[in-house]
Amino acid sequence: MSEPTLRVEGLDVVYRVRGYDRQVLRGVSFEVGRGESYGLVGESGCGKSTVALSIVRYLPRNGRVSAGSIRVAGADVLGYRGATLRAYRARTVSMVYQNPGAALNPSLRVGEQVAEAFTVLGASAQEAGERARAALARVQIADPESVLRRYPHQLSGGMQQRVVIAMALAKDPALLILDEPTTGLDATVEAEVLDLVASLQDELHTSVLFISHNLGVISKMCSRVGVLYAGRLVEEGPVETVLRDPRHPYTVGLLRCIPRGGVRKDHGRLDTIPGFLPPLGAEIRGCVFAERCALADDRCALEEPPLEAVGEGHASRCWHRDRAAELPREFVADLELPKVDRTGPPLLELEGLTKVFRQRGHDVHALTAVSAAVWPGETLGLVGESGSGKTTLARTLLGIVPSTAGAVRLEGVDLPPRYQKRSRDELRALQIVFQNPDSALNRRHSVRRILLRSLRKLAGLVGSAAETRMQDLAARVRLTERTLTQKPVQLSGGLKQRVAIARAFAGDPKLVVCDEPTSALDVSVQAAILNLLVELQAEKRVAYIFISHDLGVVRYISDRIAVLYLGRLQELGPADVVFDGPHHPYTEALLSAVPTIDGGGRDRIKLEGEIPSAASPPSGCVFHTRCPRKIGRICEETEPPLVEVEDGHHLRCHIPIDELRRLQGKTEAVAR
Amino acid sequence: MVAGRRPATTAQVPEIARYVLKRLGLALITLVLLSMIVFAAAQLLPGNVGRAVLGREASEEAVAEYNRLHGTDRPAVVQYLDWLGGAVRGDLGESLAQTGVPVWDIVEPALVNSLKLAAFAFVLVVPLGILGGVLAGLRSGRALDRGITVVGLSLAVVPEIVTGLVLILVFAIWLGWLPVTAQPEPGAGALTQVRYLTLPAFALVIVLFGYIARITRAGVVEALEADYTRTAYLKGLPHRTVIRRHVLRNALLPTIAVVATQVGYLLGGLVAIEYLFNYQGIGLMVLQAAQQKDFTLLTAGVMVVGTAYLLVTLVADILFALLNPRIRFGVAE
Repeated sequence: MSEPTLRVEGLDVVYRVRGYDRQVLRGVSFEVGRGESYGLVGESGCGKSTVALSIVRYLPRNGRVSAGSIRVAGADVLGYRGATLRAYRARTVSMVYQNPGAALNPSLRVGEQVAEAFTVLGASAQEAGERARAALARVQIADPESVLRRYPHQLSGGMQQRVVIAMALAKDPALLILDEPTTGLDATVEAEVLDLVASLQDELHTSVLFISHNLGVISKMCSRVGVLYAGRLVEEGPVETVLRDPRHPYTVGLLRCIPRGGVRKDHGRLDTIPGFLPPLGAEIRGCVFAERCALADDRCALEEPPLEAVGEGHASRCWHRDRAAELPREFVADLELPKVDRTGPPLLELEGLTKVFRQRGHDVHALTAVSAAVWPGETLGLVGESGSGKTTLARTLLGIVPSTAGAVRLEGVDLPPRYQKRSRDELRALQIVFQNPDSALNRRHSVRRILLRSLRKLAGLVGSAAETRMQDLAARVRLTERTLTQKPVQLSGGLKQRVAIARAFAGDPKLVVCDEPTSALDVSVQAAILNLLVELQAEKRVAYIFISHDLGVVRYISDRIAVLYLGRLQELGPADVVFDGPHHPYTEALLSAVPTIDGGGRDRIKLEGEIPSAASPPSGCVFHTRCPRKIGRICEETEPPLVEVEDGHHLRCHIPIDELRRLQGKTEAVAR
Repeated sequence: MVAGRRPATTAQVPEIARYVLKRLGLALITLVLLSMIVFAAAQLLPGNVGRAVLGREASEEAVAEYNRLHGTDRPAVVQYLDWLGGAVRGDLGESLAQTGVPVWDIVEPALVNSLKLAAFAFVLVVPLGILGGVLAGLRSGRALDRGITVVGLSLAVVPEIVTGLVLILVFAIWLGWLPVTAQPEPGAGALTQVRYLTLPAFALVIVLFGYIARITRAGVVEALEADYTRTAYLKGLPHRTVIRRHVLRNALLPTIAVVATQVGYLLGGLVAIEYLFNYQGIGLMVLQAAQQKDFTLLTAGVMVVGTAYLLVTLVADILFALLNPRIRFGVAE
């Protein structure tokens, strides 16, 4: 057998922090064969990126490889110094990482940056320019000439990532490392970038190391996968086998955390992984996962299990690998979810809500005549690409930005457009939880002080009454006494989000807007937060407007779903109906873009081009410029009305519902 | 809004022109406000100008006559408008202390002197500060970095009057290398002038070096840790190319903004140095005007310093905008 493109053996990496070496990778070994695509998964802090940085020899200054070896294309990478290291980076290995905007130099034109990848290989300036153009064409950039002349900030996120990929492939590398390349991109853009990578890989036979926390992406892109936990490779095998028949309790737990396959909140709580990742550099005698594992016994705590084969190319590092699937579920009591009664008056009504921003002499139509209602105790999910107006909708109804036209009605009463003009009762009734809890929490105050202040401001409570309510609130979101004395900076992302939720609930709100509340969290933490939100809903009959780009999460928590495109409501209906179809062609494309763990067909519906500018929205139906099901001139000339096509299901499309059902019938399986 | 016109294609030239116009307008408003405050403080607050100038001994008649002659018996608004009208036409009035001498004739040579000193100090400190900052940034956390940072900051917190005194003691009195004063004989050649200006310039350099070096260092450290620098290294580019094309280009942007505000400081903060070295610059002039109750000269001096400050920051901001594509083309979205 020929030498694999990448062979990592017994890799130990330590970071020196405050005078001590802390181990972050513990004897990691794996191989990536020629033309193979290998996935590396695990939650944040598991050491995924450290593996990548070790391979490209770009560990931070305090990090070093303390044992093991890395061989790429048959040569020992750890021995490279100076010129040999530069040559290795210039010719053999490439890396693409998260946040393409930051990966490109903001003050150099794209052309100069791409050309560098060729001049370093010895090309003349002119030759490099020509090859740069060809490189952009290769990553399917339609107009390379104009992109080369632009600065990175003038490109969209998807376009930026294409440029980064073009640079990475400039040298036809033997090994391409992709570290969360699509995290933070819209589902539709993510799908395009992944398709691009897949087709380029077919064409170039490059070996790929694909790092992601998203198992759906890994399952779509890779043939084999390694699961990393606390710097240890705990399971490895063919992707389908590992995802279908995981043999390590961590993998089992990880897979159970993710809302998928149409699971909804009334089907039951999500599983979580109790406990926390061991601290950086912790001394661990036994199995790294023992502390959080429900199957663990004395032996697990004392003796490290070896990586043992459990099947063809499938290995697990667990003493109980044969009964990993029996990992007991964390006991969570079943909840009585509130019955939503939509015959009564709604809690919140939006009527013709419109927001026009004035920007550099242009009118930007961020929100156009959105009408919807939310009833007590229900969750309305809000989906759409970035720029579709989700966040503007949330901010407008909260009065953070005043609406241009239309009304927000709470229990039948019109709310003033600005929050400053709203009464305390109106303010406490509508609250928000942000994606980034840091922005909502005063970092100088302890959690106790933050909560007491909210109670005073929102509920008008002071003294012992406030103290009692605060304890109650803390208990409800499961904050410990110790957490209460800490400041936000000392807390993990999940704990901070719990504090932010407690803050929002201080005044017994009637409706809470959740703007991507779990997007920055690991899946196990996400599951716990979603469970918490559902519990609070069951207890308090609070309504949610839930914004997320993760459609699995939206489907799990929402009773009804609203789909926005360019500030217009395109579809509104019960969650299952919107997901199962027949749906709006935009919804259809959005759903087909999401890579799922369960795999299935990959007949993705491609959306042409980028989302048009809200400063000059297309005529007629705003979606017609990208619509794969456009029927003709009527789409370009007349904007279809939002019509109730079935019970509670509203659509804005010229195509009759039965026709949509027929058209989408064939692709039903793809869209789940 | 013009239908179908996409914001991304907005022409680039008007964008920067509009920015400059906006900044000019703001500068003008600032100047008018400044003139009001200065005028109020220097010419109205003393109350009876005639009494203040002539002293307690003068007779009522003499004071009244003085005020009538200089127009300082009119209502404040009229006085201000009169002064403003003159100032716009370039007439800053006559000195009260040196009767009959137009204020501008006193301000101009003082301004030229100050600009010479400031320019000399500036030419010395900017390259030094940036070099020190870049070296410290590239070696961050190591001995060289600590040395530059500690020295720069320690020097920056010592008042310039103290550094100036120490410099005089060491180089002028003890070693006798350079003159004690900064004022050369009238009509002295350029080299002699430089010799006289060296000590006061260095006093300013010592104060400013730390600030400029620190900002430069911060910019370099940030750029070194940036993802785009990693991208550059992983392309296999040589260290020097990475530093030159990727790190410094981005690191020096914030430095320009800081340097500009320091120029403003140079102009305003000259008082102590000019006083110490007995140098006939604008700072010393303003100080003397205040002492001699020469209110018109005082007003003119402060206005000139204010205008110079605004002009310098304006130029720096435009330079910053020209160098920074994100500002030049307006931030996306």
